[in-house]
Amino acid sequence: MTDAAAPPRLALSGLRSRLAGPFDLDVMAASCVAISGPSGSGKSLFLRMIADLDPNEGRAALDGRARESFSAPAWRRLVLYSAAEPGWWNENVEPHFPGPMLGAARALAPTLGLTAGQVGGAVNRLSTGERQRLALIRALVRKPSVLLLDEPTGALDPEATARAEALLRERLAAGLAIIIVTHSAEQAERMAARRFVMQAGRLSPA
Amino acid sequence: MNPILLTPGDVAIAAVLIAFDGALSIYLGLGLHRQLAWAAGRMVVQLVLIGYVLSYVFALASPAVTLLVVLAMAAMAGREVAARPEQTLVRFGNYAVGATSVVLATAITATLALTTAIRPQPWYDARYAIPLAGIILGNVMSNASLALDSLLGGVVREKGAIEAQLALGATFSEAMLPLLRASVRRALLPLINTMSAAGIITLPGIMTGQILAGMAPMEAVKYQILLMFLLGGGSGIAAIAVALLAARKLTDRRARLRLDRLTHRGKT
Repeated sequence: MTDAAAPPRLALSGLRSRLAGPFDLDVMAASCVAISGPSGSGKSLFLRMIADLDPNEGRAALDGRARESFSAPAWRRLVLYSAAEPGWWNENVEPHFPGPMLGAARALAPTLGLTAGQVGGAVNRLSTGERQRLALIRALVRKPSVLLLDEPTGALDPEATARAEALLRERLAAGLAIIIVTHSAEQAERMAARRFVMQAGRLSPA
Repeated sequence: MNPILLTPGDVAIAAVLIAFDGALSIYLGLGLHRQLAWAAGRMVVQLVLIGYVLSYVFALASPAVTLLVVLAMAAMAGREVAARPEQTLVRFGNYAVGATSVVLATAITATLALTTAIRPQPWYDARYAIPLAGIILGNVMSNASLALDSLLGGVVREKGAIEAQLALGATFSEAMLPLLRASVRRALLPLINTMSAAGIITLPGIMTGQILAGMAPMEAVKYQILLMFLLGGGSGIAAIAVALLAARKLTDRRARLRLDRLTHRGKT
């Protein structure tokens, strides 16, 4: 049997935990899905479940390859979750970009309105918005196949938001698949052709 | 030189000092006299009981009974380790981690001392094995409990940082390494303080006891140094065992951080 069509970049079926789901969703390469919905409806839980950060059941596959066949760290490197409040494990910014990632991060910084110097220095000297942009850079320089973004521009002003969206659209065009959780209907419309609403742990088309 | 033996009357005279504390509590309204009397009474009963038990066990000279006594002491020590941290692992996890670690640390260091340095005949002679195991357990217990408290408290405080690393593809060990380091470090600092202060600020209890019992000071000093090294090794083993075992209970085969396996309790 031959199948000309490539499998979806990310295929989810029957994905569920005690708190949310089941979810069925396919996301193609170079496409973006937006999810909105009230706080506590399970949007973050859904993203964490896809990244396998919380116990869950059901099937997930990347380019047709089942999640179980990846080690958990390998899966998370490819299907990368970026939290609404990004955590930092060192007081300085640089250790969050090991090896060649530091150069890549410095190169990306101006695109988001940051100076290359802000990729150095102490994390707690940065504003919430600056940290949020650095978290986005931190995710992108790891070159994931799927990016799971939880309110990536929640702390950004309109200009910085536009820069972040432009950068994400550029990556989308290059093949990245994105699931974005956002409270902004405008952002959902700008970014995604497919939009869903999360309500009490269930996903429905917007 | 023979030890100066005490009669019950000699001890009773010293009990006057506790009575003085009690009077002080009543006079100043400290409200401590009941607790004081209870604790003093408990102490006397516990020690007299253990005195009888030890006499009996020494006379018995049975390796099985000696092992049983040591294991019972280890179980108590494990309970103490488990009871300190504010965060507890579900399904008696604290207890399992605490008991395993202190047993491991004590077994290794006590066996080393009994078979190489002290060398009684036989090496498991209860007269040496039980007191030695007791003092090691008592010391590594507090180190183990510091390590456990530090790790469990840290994992809750640093949840965001740990999960950020996991989400970016770090292994669980990579994400936990800073916290493991910090908790082992925290557990070993008191040891360094104790060793530095020994002989200058404090005269260690064992040494004092042996000198009072008639041993020449230099002999007592050698025992004390040996003991300090044993406690040092034991603390290191217990701290690293606690940290690794507790960390393992906080993850699963998909390298997640499982904080659902922790419950918080009020300070005990």
